[in-house]
Amino acid sequence: MKVAILVFPGTGGEQDCHYVLTEVFGLEAELVWHTETDLRRFDALILPGGASYGDYLRPGALAKFSPVMGSVIKAADSGTPILGIGNGFQILLEAGLLPGAMLVNESLLFYCGPQKVEVVKDRTPFTRGIAPGTLLDLPIAHGAGNYFIDEAGLAHLEANEQIVFRYAGSNPNGSVGAIAGVCNAAGNVVGLMPHPERAVEALLGSEDGQQIFKALINYWEAKK
Amino acid sequence: MFKAEIKVTLKPGVLDPQAKAIADSLSVQGFSEVDAVRVGKYIEVILEADTAEAAASRVAEMGRRLLANPVTENFSFTLTPLEGEA
Repeated sequence: MKVAILVFPGTGGEQDCHYVLTEVFGLEAELVWHTETDLRRFDALILPGGASYGDYLRPGALAKFSPVMGSVIKAADSGTPILGIGNGFQILLEAGLLPGAMLVNESLLFYCGPQKVEVVKDRTPFTRGIAPGTLLDLPIAHGAGNYFIDEAGLAHLEANEQIVFRYAGSNPNGSVGAIAGVCNAAGNVVGLMPHPERAVEALLGSEDGQQIFKALINYWEAKK
Repeated sequence: MFKAEIKVTLKPGVLDPQAKAIADSLSVQGFSEVDAVRVGKYIEVILEADTAEAAASRVAEMGRRLLANPVTENFSFTLTPLEGEA
């Protein structure tokens, strides 16, 4: 399995993702600059966190017009597993690959700290094999992670089982339904605000983030 | 040439934490008459177009594709012809 880690101007989490995939799990992974227009050689895509285009206008709003996004949309349509983390999630929302939108945190504060996150859905390439109800200890770090979708949209998400992660315990940012992550209707595109790539070694406080990448490996092994 | 003055506002019903903080601050400063505050963005675009209709159509497209997020935001604009250029 070969994973592309997309890098936009202002992306910051690409090295952490690359480290997890190559050093922790021994997978093949490549940093791909946002001007790339052909992603067909990759089996999975990750859009890491950071602040693409300085978060100007709205987080993710400018990155959605980067040259690479045409092939991201093609990959999404063809069922390729795609994970957006933090700002990567915001880009997938802005691009319309995932439903909903982000608002600034209800507190108006940038919040950075550990957070309990409940896995709600296991039928995605990034949660395969994690029992629903499992609590993961993952760091969050964002100023605009307040997930919004209108009532009809929320009912649709629930009916279609597109909520993948919820914040457990306190809701750190005011997200509707304490939603921390969602997927598209097909389930192959997943976005979440917490950072699994920053929680892969006990030395750094938690290795629960490993489960997200193990899920992708399980998914890939099962598909072969 | 036209100048488009574009307003992007949060849709009614979308929680606006900045506006709430501003309203609270106004109230603390004695503006007890303040009933509601909403915060939005103002964007100016200078563009070439043959007619006002053509300019309006392009600005509307800019709003749909980039300037506003249709999930959370509305946008509106006014157009002014700019003098001095044919």
